Amino acid sequence: MIPELGHFALIVALSLAIMQSVVPLVGSATGRGHLVAVAAPAACGHFVFVLIAFLVLSYAFAIKDFSVLYVATNSNAQLPLTYRLSAVWGAHEGSLLLWSLILAGWTLAVSLFSRTLPSLFRARVIAVMGLVSIGFLLFMLLTSNPFERLVPAAPGGRDLNPLLQDPGLVVHPPMLYMGYVGMVVPFSFAIAALLGGRIDSGWTRWTRPWTTVAWVFLTIGITLGSWWAYYELGWGGWWFWDPVENASFMPWLIATALIHSLAVTEQRGAFRAWTLLLAIFGFSLSLLGTFLVRSGVLVSVHAFASDPDRGLFILVFLSLVIGSALALYAWRASQVSGGGNFQLLSRETLLLTNNVLLVVACASILLGTLYPLILDALQLGKISVGPPYFDRVFVPLMLPLALLLGIGPITRWKKDAARVLGKRLRVAFIASLALAIIGVFLVVDTPTIMVIAAIATALWIFCATAQAITARLTSKSTLGQGLRRLPRSFVGMALAHLGVGVFIVGVTASSTYSLEKDIRVAPGDSYELAGYRFEFDGVSTATGPNYIAQRGAFRVYRGDDLVTELHPEKRAYPIQEQPMTEAAIDAGLTRDLYVALGEPLTDGAWSVRLYFKPLQRWIWLGPALMALGGLLAASDRRYRIQSRARESARDSSSPTPAAALKSSVG
Amino acid sequence: MTPRRRQRMVFVCVLLVGVATAAVLTFLALGENMLYFFSPSQVKAGEVPAARNVRVGGLVVNGSVTRPGDGLTVQFDLTDNAETISVRYRGILPDLFREGQGVVAMGQLSEGGIFDAEEVLAKHDENYMPPEVAEALKTAHEGGKMATPDSSTKP
Repeated sequence: MIPELGHFALIVALSLAIMQSVVPLVGSATGRGHLVAVAAPAACGHFVFVLIAFLVLSYAFAIKDFSVLYVATNSNAQLPLTYRLSAVWGAHEGSLLLWSLILAGWTLAVSLFSRTLPSLFRARVIAVMGLVSIGFLLFMLLTSNPFERLVPAAPGGRDLNPLLQDPGLVVHPPMLYMGYVGMVVPFSFAIAALLGGRIDSGWTRWTRPWTTVAWVFLTIGITLGSWWAYYELGWGGWWFWDPVENASFMPWLIATALIHSLAVTEQRGAFRAWTLLLAIFGFSLSLLGTFLVRSGVLVSVHAFASDPDRGLFILVFLSLVIGSALALYAWRASQVSGGGNFQLLSRETLLLTNNVLLVVACASILLGTLYPLILDALQLGKISVGPPYFDRVFVPLMLPLALLLGIGPITRWKKDAARVLGKRLRVAFIASLALAIIGVFLVVDTPTIMVIAAIATALWIFCATAQAITARLTSKSTLGQGLRRLPRSFVGMALAHLGVGVFIVGVTASSTYSLEKDIRVAPGDSYELAGYRFEFDGVSTATGPNYIAQRGAFRVYRGDDLVTELHPEKRAYPIQEQPMTEAAIDAGLTRDLYVALGEPLTDGAWSVRLYFKPLQRWIWLGPALMALGGLLAASDRRYRIQSRARESARDSSSPTPAAALKSSVG
Repeated sequence: MTPRRRQRMVFVCVLLVGVATAAVLTFLALGENMLYFFSPSQVKAGEVPAARNVRVGGLVVNGSVTRPGDGLTVQFDLTDNAETISVRYRGILPDLFREGQGVVAMGQLSEGGIFDAEEVLAKHDENYMPPEVAEALKTAHEGGKMATPDSSTKP
């Protein structure tokens, strides 16, 4: 009975979503205020019913209701409760439900925090989000109902894929989806602006913090995914240019471009049409990512067994959303374009170049990801595009971007003089180059030009950012006062930029100086890698809740000092009949030691994979700094002040929806 | 032309040249790094170019997995149920590598006709068959040939 309630709640949510989008749009087109006012309450109800459906599915997992097909397929009586609950989003149907819940959550958040927006505009934003939600709810109800019954009920359940029985599953998908779906907010703001035919500084001020928050979630989600792949897949890699990784990385690149172009639009009023276009692209790529992952057209570790109906539905939905958004853009963009003038050497130009580089990088990744699909569809043969392509295209595009990243923050808006700018940056430039050469020669035995260039770039980012901060500080009387007065958005930007530098250092060190060795070890053997001695003590059997593990014991010495003990496992999950490598990692700020068990060989010997990975953690520390910076920037004082100011203005005058309608239609 | 217009022209030109260069480099990189897929039948028919990385896929023949030498080198047979080729790989196989399973190997064909794999992929789902392998099996079963790019178009 209860699962049927969940199904029913989804249907109610769909009706509310239709109300939330159709009624306000009709109201805004015909100028009827009471119809416009439907948007926010409908969004609230829509959220409540999707939440009910989500809770019902979670409950079915919690009480092990194996009469529900999805529960029986993705969990098992022995599976611990945490993993039973996160198994809700462990496969196709449930992850769609999570997607819908997050979409409804973003809609609710927008409707709660946007009370000070012009009511017509706010209703349009909520309506557009409702339209997207209709698509996803229909998709779920028509092709992928998570509440489908299994008759007769299964006695035990087929268990969750062992790869997913990990804390990574608990946090990675929700974070990533928050980011993916969060891109719907700037998209809806853009569509609402295009519908209204108007874009002002208030619009950008509203859009900016939302976009930044969505970008922060996307950053965290991608970083968590990378970290999870690193320790769970047992290959020691942190990024594979897998199509599904690309699917999440492309919206990130566009969102990054969007954040920067929004800065120009807010500060200088320029790039308006371009900003709108980026907002549309960002969400379109999120949808494309969903299509790529969910339709089974891709060969990837993420691929699920596919169902052609689903692929077709998403493809039609995708073309409807992107097609109508771009058509609206083509029709209305000329009305909103225009804005501040600027000279060739100005912060605007630098940010424009940043945007061009990011968009070109995104396009080249899109090409590499879709090219095999296109060739296949045209019957031109089966090909795949490997990581070398992406490395060769992506890295050269990011190098100039990193150089610009140092210059941008110290360049003036509108117009700057090359001579003055050169003088300002000379010291940072020389210092970073000199430090890079000295540092690289001191630390590593085999320096290469590429390594020096990369380290110099990172140092350049550090130095130039430090200079931008000091430039802000020296205008204040005392240092303490200056630090306190720094706006959060500036501190956030500086932090995020430093994060890019940290990331570059990490990638350079890890990709150039990692050591990897596949060896055969018998108990009592030891092997030396990068100055560390790995002693193998043999393998014993250990039992988990729903698996049996072969547990290796390694002691790692540096000289005579015991550094750590590592216990990699090879687990067997009897229900899924699937082995699973659980790597053991000793993580540190300077290096990771990584051991993964291969297969048992003769005489108690095992094949074992050892890794030494210098500065591996920096690869995730960098994005963590970026996310932190994004949060700081989104919580900047001016966004809070503005909303408070508007709120008090609203309380005193309190315009009726009809009056607001009149004023914003004009 | 006013100075501002000239500036703008310069900027647009630089931008265009930059984007064009990026596009050319992108397509060059794409051409060099495309991996073609071949079935065991195609390998036997001599369609695989020499000294170039390709991917082959099929089912691992039951009982064919051997570990000559120290145990780190693995040799196994790959079949599409029509033809069978031998694959050699040094290193640790993925968790889901099993006899009877569909796998994809990436590497080069050696002089002796043995495929030297740098990487062996088996998918992380027991029911999942790599689409290429599924199609290779199907075409081999029907006695047909897989669609393959004309060799003259290969970069």
